[in-house]
Amino acid sequence: MEELDPVALRKEFPLLETRRRPDGKRLVYLDSASSSQRPYQVLEAMDTYYSTTHANVHRGVYAIAEEATRQFEEARAKVGRFVGAPNPATEIVFTKNATEALNLVAHSYGRGRLGMGKAVLLTEMEHHANLVPWLMLAGERGTELRYLPITDSYQLDLSDLDKLVDGAGVVAVSAMSNVLGTVNDLRPIVEAAHAAGAVVVVDASQLVPHRVVDVAAIGADFVAFTGHKMLGPTGIGVLWGREGLLEEMPPFLGGGEMIRDVRLDGFTTNDIPWKFEAGTPPIAEAIGLGAAVDYLESVGREAIAAHERALTYQAIELLTDRHGDDIRIFGPGPDDPNRGGVISFAYRDIHPHDLAQVLDSSGVCVRAGHHCAKPLMRRLGVSATARASLYLYNDEEDVTALSDALAKAGEFFG
Amino acid sequence: MSGLEDLYREIILDHYRSPRNRGELPVPPAQRVEGFNPLCGDEVVVFLEFADGVVKDVKIAGQGCSISQSSASMMSAAVKGKSIEEARQLISSFKAMMSIHEQAIGGDGSDGERAEANIPPDGLGELAALQGVVKFPVRIKCATLSWNTLAQALDEATAGVAADGAA
Repeated sequence: MEELDPVALRKEFPLLETRRRPDGKRLVYLDSASSSQRPYQVLEAMDTYYSTTHANVHRGVYAIAEEATRQFEEARAKVGRFVGAPNPATEIVFTKNATEALNLVAHSYGRGRLGMGKAVLLTEMEHHANLVPWLMLAGERGTELRYLPITDSYQLDLSDLDKLVDGAGVVAVSAMSNVLGTVNDLRPIVEAAHAAGAVVVVDASQLVPHRVVDVAAIGADFVAFTGHKMLGPTGIGVLWGREGLLEEMPPFLGGGEMIRDVRLDGFTTNDIPWKFEAGTPPIAEAIGLGAAVDYLESVGREAIAAHERALTYQAIELLTDRHGDDIRIFGPGPDDPNRGGVISFAYRDIHPHDLAQVLDSSGVCVRAGHHCAKPLMRRLGVSATARASLYLYNDEEDVTALSDALAKAGEFFG
Repeated sequence: MSGLEDLYREIILDHYRSPRNRGELPVPPAQRVEGFNPLCGDEVVVFLEFADGVVKDVKIAGQGCSISQSSASMMSAAVKGKSIEEARQLISSFKAMMSIHEQAIGGDGSDGERAEANIPPDGLGELAALQGVVKFPVRIKCATLSWNTLAQALDEATAGVAADGAA
């Protein structure tokens, strides 16, 4: 495995290459867990598609329409192979984002196939995207929601797993926390869920961009992720679902594309995956996501994971060595080999919003807020955190810039 | 740190470090209203007690950034002892000051009378220190959180009075 070179990689990301801070230095972008930047290869793929090939898909019989359809379906197959889908052509559903993918499952499986009286088991560390759709279902049908708690060392507490999963029809869990960086061991959860007759829904939005994810190896039934966190465009998300389950489920949105026949008194649905893709899909975005997959594979996912592991370790060591008790990190320690490159923290008693503002004046972009995980914030006993997140284009210089900017913020607020 | 001093004026930091009227009031007789900023998770709780149409006492609870907390602190100092009508006027002056930039960036367009930028705010006293916030559009909601909460408390109080009168 060849080590990746973040300085060389950054040259391929136009925003990172051209955008400058007021003092002329390069931007320090530490918010990829919220949304990554994208290389010119992705931008060019979308540009080229619009400039040379655009027509609606699955409709026209003319040459460019066939070419657009072929590129769109090739992108689907590419994304499917990237996450190890056993049947890439039928099991990959393109959505607007991961949120829509999870809403699709909560709606079509939750309302369509989940038996009355069956509970849904979630966790305390879920992003609102894997929480609110289930709360909506509970509000409508009275579905009981249960939660796997987290331990004081920021891991899922599985000690009552067997009891909690008993009577559940769905277990919906994050593969990696967008706040803590905790990468969950899904194996025992999947085993217990399947033994109890529940399907497993995995929100892999934070994991797919950073690690090799193989849906078959995970053994889940649905896996959702999003394009814009993995160097792809916004406006496209992905749901992988088991072929048999997708076949059984009623559609989510109604309209063109998802139908086989429509009469004035009813309709029949298209085959999967198109049954779940009502209306003109995000064609250029799918092609852009395909290009992002090519890019990630050309850099090498093992190399990306190794780079991030090393940098995360360095970052936590540097921040705690230099700032001592002034910094409190909410997440597993640097020695946890499964830990992702998301570092949430509090600095002195400076509110994260103020902290992010002062860091911005040093050209350091971090996220501040509840990270769409308000129940987790309550569990941590805070209203918000600051969060720095790392990706393939970050390096030690970025981490040092963060550390320097924190010291400046400390001086500013005295 | 260009521009930061415009945002974090000394008086703002002073109210943040030593917030005025911090605490709670017994409900009733006080009115209790909560406000949330969904962006950053800030929460402000405003306790208001009235006597003869005047804000007799006010207390602020909750948590948030320096802008939301100092704005709430300054607000509490400004409305204490004011009539409900005067408090409403203060809210509208303050929100007009904050709306200058909202309009420029396509905000909700209310308070059209202050469409021109940089009108010096009248009668706002030290609250004028928060004017620098308009240069940081994301933070406007931090500054207005307690004021919107106060407006809601006043609405509820007057609605309550009307309901009592009808009963």
